[in-house]
Amino acid sequence: MSADLSLEHAPVVTSRGPVLTVRNLSVVYETEHPVPAVRNANFQLGRGEILGLAGESGCGKTTLAYAINRLHQPPARISAGQVTFHDRDGQDIDLLALEDEALRRFRWSKLSMVFQGAMNALNPVRTIGDQLDDTLRAHHQSLRKAARQDRCAEVLTLVGVDPKRVRSYPHELSGGMRQRVMIAMAMLLEPQVMIMDEPTTALDVVVQRDILREIVRLKEELNFAVIFITHDLPLLLEISDRIAVMLRGEIVELDTAEALYRSAAHPYTRKLLASFPSLSGGRGAFIRSGEDSDFDRDNNFEEQP
Amino acid sequence: MTNIQSMTGQTQASPTEELANISRGRGQRPKPAWRLMLPTPTPWLITGLILIGSIIIFGAVGPLLVGDPAAISNTGLSGPSADHWLGTTQTGQDVLAQLAHATRGSLQIGFLVGVLATLLSAFFGIYGAYIGGFADEAFSLLSNVFLVIPGLPLVIVISGFVPRESRGLWTIAVVLALTSWAASARVLRAQTLSVRNRDYVAASRVSGERAWRVIAVEILPNLLPVLASQFVFAVIAAILGEAGLSFLGLGASSSSTLGTMLFYAQNGFALPLGAWWWFLPPGLMIALFGMGLSLINFSIDEIINPKLKNARLVRKRARQAARIQKKAVTS
Amino acid sequence: MNYVIRKLGFYAAALWAALTLNFIIPRLLPGNPVDILLAKLQQRGGSITEETRKSYAILLGGDDTQPILAQYWTYLVNIFQGDLGVSISYFPAKVTDVIGASMPWTVILVGVSTVIAALLGIVLGALVGWKPGTWLDSLVPATTLLAAVPYFWLALVLVYILSRGLGLFPGQGGYNVVLDPGFNGPFILSAIEHAILPALTIVIASLGGWLLGMRNMMVSTLSEDYVLTARAKGLPDRWILRNYAARNAVLPSVAGFAISLGFVVSGSVVTEQVFSYPGIGSRLLAAVTNNDYALMQGVFLYITIAVLAANLLVDLLYSLVDPRTRARG
Repeated sequence: MSADLSLEHAPVVTSRGPVLTVRNLSVVYETEHPVPAVRNANFQLGRGEILGLAGESGCGKTTLAYAINRLHQPPARISAGQVTFHDRDGQDIDLLALEDEALRRFRWSKLSMVFQGAMNALNPVRTIGDQLDDTLRAHHQSLRKAARQDRCAEVLTLVGVDPKRVRSYPHELSGGMRQRVMIAMAMLLEPQVMIMDEPTTALDVVVQRDILREIVRLKEELNFAVIFITHDLPLLLEISDRIAVMLRGEIVELDTAEALYRSAAHPYTRKLLASFPSLSGGRGAFIRSGEDSDFDRDNNFEEQP
Repeated sequence: MTNIQSMTGQTQASPTEELANISRGRGQRPKPAWRLMLPTPTPWLITGLILIGSIIIFGAVGPLLVGDPAAISNTGLSGPSADHWLGTTQTGQDVLAQLAHATRGSLQIGFLVGVLATLLSAFFGIYGAYIGGFADEAFSLLSNVFLVIPGLPLVIVISGFVPRESRGLWTIAVVLALTSWAASARVLRAQTLSVRNRDYVAASRVSGERAWRVIAVEILPNLLPVLASQFVFAVIAAILGEAGLSFLGLGASSSSTLGTMLFYAQNGFALPLGAWWWFLPPGLMIALFGMGLSLINFSIDEIINPKLKNARLVRKRARQAARIQKKAVTS
Repeated sequence: MNYVIRKLGFYAAALWAALTLNFIIPRLLPGNPVDILLAKLQQRGGSITEETRKSYAILLGGDDTQPILAQYWTYLVNIFQGDLGVSISYFPAKVTDVIGASMPWTVILVGVSTVIAALLGIVLGALVGWKPGTWLDSLVPATTLLAAVPYFWLALVLVYILSRGLGLFPGQGGYNVVLDPGFNGPFILSAIEHAILPALTIVIASLGGWLLGMRNMMVSTLSEDYVLTARAKGLPDRWILRNYAARNAVLPSVAGFAISLGFVVSGSVVTEQVFSYPGIGSRLLAAVTNNDYALMQGVFLYITIAVLAANLLVDLLYSLVDPRTRARG
């Protein structure tokens, strides 16, 4: 069964219209036996909305995120679909048709990303100040050095990092700090969309909470939309406006967080929800009996009587 | 990145499906794991194997087929002709015959030193890294010191102190091995350290396996590609080193290698006399053999560093997809 | 700081090892070098006094009056005072004088050639690794072939083609012997002219190693996350190539400089022989031919010191290039 996932089925939550439209996007890994990593992805992202993208490892969420920004590398290939960015000034940009230079200018200035595992996402041989700076230089050639330095200090303060750390190298910062730097870097050009791929998975829960609060606070202040990718569904229930659940490359459910929590339509969603231990209820109930037991034993989600 | 047009309403098979059909047509099933350990037969690998193979055959069988390399005739220095395919030296000796024997000599010493050097570097690199502690520090320091002390000057000095008569094949081989094991040892040590810290090795040790068994069963199989690659380097270095020594007149006194051939060519004024047929073939033989070994090393590199293999496969598929796309456009 | 101290310590240890090797080798090997040496000295018209015999015995062994450790100590003291004995083949010149005259030639030739080969190899390797699938890919097997070629044979071929055949460059010597050595124009020009073929030999033969190493590292580095981030940030390709990819990919090449330099020095010794270049390598070979053991030892020592110094410099440079080493200490 496949739910009716046309764009009209799950309207965007905000009243300010969509900022990103993905229609029938399919990505294929061209290996010996081609693997469809993303199949007919269909959704819209509203301005200032937090859209959660949940699913298990290997379901295609990261591939989808990379494909939207055209960061996917061979052997991945976009085999079908459209991605349209609705700019603030009213213009519609076809992302898959952008030429090299236009794509370069589009990237980060309108849509930025926060990657998983900031240790590897930061260049180890250059200071974080340099790495913040070269983003500004690449996009705003007219800015003078002093203005660039001010802007770097500004974004670092925004995320709670001491601006004096601009001279530090990535290996001199803690994990939490590095992730904050990544977020600061993503905000440098005031983008309209931020795609965050498991930004807090590698951190301990306390730091995770701090960073999530920063993200929500910044979103309120600067009004950018977020696609938040994670396997942690309860987390999404906390912070997202809407949630999309992916299974083996397909978005099998897309609804508001509230509706998903109360009455998830797809059996896989229900299984996901039941897979997280709760702080309430009897001890051991989770392991022994499971909260919700109405899913098929052999993990077949295609059939639904 | 080029323009990707919307693919709605496409009637022909997409390049993806085409490639999948080709794959299926060849009836390929996923390869068993052990096959992935072997290098894929690329044109480079095949070329390398052909080069190595033919030179080894030439060295092994050639001396039985050609004439006597030491036979002097009064032809004097002459170019290639029907009688002497590679001409003659200034004492009328057949260059081709000399080449065959010299190739055999060089190959012998090359492999001998290669094996010795690899054994030394395996001992100092692998065993030291496995044992850890003071032995590891000491071995590592030893190999680093040997690494920075320049090899050929040391060999020259050692050879220089040994009187001519005592410079036998084994002496030279040992000297060459002693001065060339250090680089491999360092690489093997780094590799062993990374393997040693893996969980399956820890499990093996905890369950009480003896050290040599852990090394042989758990660690060595992972090191095989690196060992193979280092062995190849060792052989190339040995042949080059020995050639250099012989060229300088410091080689093994009784042997006849490609280096000694060049020594005689140099002393026989082959260059000023323009006798290219005398000094060109020996060096070319070394170069081709070295090139063959390097090509094989490329394939071994791909096993050690799978990203190189991926890069090549990606390019290959891109070419195939482009060809299919071109066919689709023109048809 | 820790890093610097460790490196200095290591090189001190290596130097000590070289000195000790120098001391041990003549004593380990069969034959009595001192007697041979003195016989040669007499041939050259030198006088043999007890002092002469003793000083050679310190260097080469064969003096049974002193215990070995005392000999070792005297040997070290002599070395540090700069006394390396008297050369036979260049009698009556002292070993240090012979080395002093020929060292600059080799240092300049090898130094300049290595720098050119390294720069060229790294740049080309970066380009080949960055954009696979262009004609540059053919550079890889081509330079690999050249790297397997023995230095001296390549030298012979170059001389044959470029010197004898086309008459473009001189094939012998370090400079035109008619000229006055010194810091004058014609001499320097002639020196450069004579250095071109030897330098070309070294560059061509050593290029392959640098190129291949850099290319392989580039391929690895390009799949790293920080390169992906750089692309996502919309940085121009050239910037990514230089500051993100190459900057990280070059590190192993710098770290592996030791091995490369070792090969180059070895190759240059033989190259000098082919070209009769007046460098330290040909002095070494002349010493071997003439059983000039003192000169042999002296040259080996100086070559080793030069290589160690170069490596120390590169190691210190590495700590500047890779900030993570400064932290590890």
